[in-house]
Amino acid sequence: MTEARPDQTVLEFEHVYLVLDDKPVLRDVSFRLVRAETKVILGASSSGKSVLLKTALGLFRPDSGRVAVFGRDITGLREEELYPIRQRIGMVFQEGALFDSMTVYGNVAYVFQEDRALPAEEEEERVRRALRFVGLEEAIEKLPSELSGGMRRRVAIARAFVGQPALMLYDSPTAGLDPLTAQSIITLIVKLGDLEDVSGLVVTHRLQDAGVIADYFYDPESEGLLPAHSNGRDYDTKTSVLVLREGQVVFDGARDEMFRARDAYIRRFIG
Amino acid sequence: MPRQRQTLPNFAAFFDLAKSKVLAVQEFTLLGLRAFRNVFGRPRYLADTLIQMDVIGVGSLPIIVLTGFFTGAVLALQTSKTLQTFGEVTLTGQVVALSLVRELGPVLTALMVAGRNASGMASEIGSMLVSEQIDAMRALGTDPSKKLVTPRLVATVSMLPLLTIISDFVGVTGGFMVSFFIIRMDPVQYWTTAYQSLHFEDVFQGMIKPFIFGYIVAMVGCYFGLTTRGGTQGVGRSTTQAVVAASVLILTTDFFITKLLLALLG
Repeated sequence: MTEARPDQTVLEFEHVYLVLDDKPVLRDVSFRLVRAETKVILGASSSGKSVLLKTALGLFRPDSGRVAVFGRDITGLREEELYPIRQRIGMVFQEGALFDSMTVYGNVAYVFQEDRALPAEEEEERVRRALRFVGLEEAIEKLPSELSGGMRRRVAIARAFVGQPALMLYDSPTAGLDPLTAQSIITLIVKLGDLEDVSGLVVTHRLQDAGVIADYFYDPESEGLLPAHSNGRDYDTKTSVLVLREGQVVFDGARDEMFRARDAYIRRFIG
Repeated sequence: MPRQRQTLPNFAAFFDLAKSKVLAVQEFTLLGLRAFRNVFGRPRYLADTLIQMDVIGVGSLPIIVLTGFFTGAVLALQTSKTLQTFGEVTLTGQVVALSLVRELGPVLTALMVAGRNASGMASEIGSMLVSEQIDAMRALGTDPSKKLVTPRLVATVSMLPLLTIISDFVGVTGGFMVSFFIIRMDPVQYWTTAYQSLHFEDVFQGMIKPFIFGYIVAMVGCYFGLTTRGGTQGVGRSTTQAVVAASVLILTTDFFITKLLLALLG
């Protein structure tokens, strides 16, 4: 796991417990995410991965424990007090969660409709830049219903980072996508982390996603991913892995360490 | 003892059910208070409010006109038949106007709007909830109660009284059509008795109700939408529950408002 000074901590969970519908969903979850780090959260279905992301965003309030974002304890904050913090976080929901009554432009520009109003030209420029980043500028006037699953996920990524967040949360960004589209989404995640220096929490149940994020970096010249450790290159991808089992952290560390772990659940998970 | 073993789980189930109902009332009340408080706060979603006014007000107009007209017409048919027995057919206009303005206009309009819009609100907000659009809204710094609930509340509370006025007028006109073409009553007599029978307290009673019913329709629709559970099936369930709950609440509240207003105004 990346060692860092406390002032570089972007997100911190300390002994977080959360019960939903009388069922414990998070149990004594503790971890730390530092600046520019990407942490891949692995786990089977219903292991609490999505709930963990929503707790980081303040959409769920822990029953006990502490969640700190950008050094501020958000556990006891009221909804209105959370909005300025959420404006520094980008979240990509499972299935995208695009507003289906709005065009792609409306979805991506939504963040500027609230307190962060910009002049019209600047707003359009920011939206177009975000859509260019995900390769969807031509779809700007389309409705979400006219887009494929992969395109919707890419628009969701553009919507999440158009406000230039310091932390990105991805909830199963490749779930239900074909391998090629899934690969393009993971490339975008790596690109965003490498080019924009954004920290990220990536929830997935696909081990290969963790492999690509940990072993590859984005090369702006070739506009693609290159292996981090080959041809004498040793690029630090600043990636760590956290494994959840029924709401409990069973592993938190580097991906290579995970392969050496002896825990039966982890061994079963990595096959 | 087997009997005791049987009783205890039943009691626990009853207690859980009672607890959930009390919690629902508490959440409904808090949502209502928050939505009302938002009217005076910022940001104000004027565009959303105008869209909802169009959907609720203009969109409901055809069904309100139709139900109002035929209610007035059938009321004239039925009452003229009864009044004929006493030789008082000339009072038809009075009975139609009073019944519509005091009671049938506000209640039927509210029931129609509940059927059309409380269900629409519950299904729209419910769909947004299950597809995580509400979470996305919160993640992007928007308070869903301000963006979704308050515009619907303001739109329904302001549109329902207007729809009721239209329904009342169209209803009295429907009664006139029947009186003139079927009962062969003198039109001046119909309109004069209808107009003269209406006093301030009748109009006041008929106009205070739509404000309260509007609040019920909007809040019930939004509440069931925001508490949707269980995917698309849950959306369907919320939609049905919203219409049933809004209709029952309208009829129940109507009784108590009427009782109160009769005591106050006579």
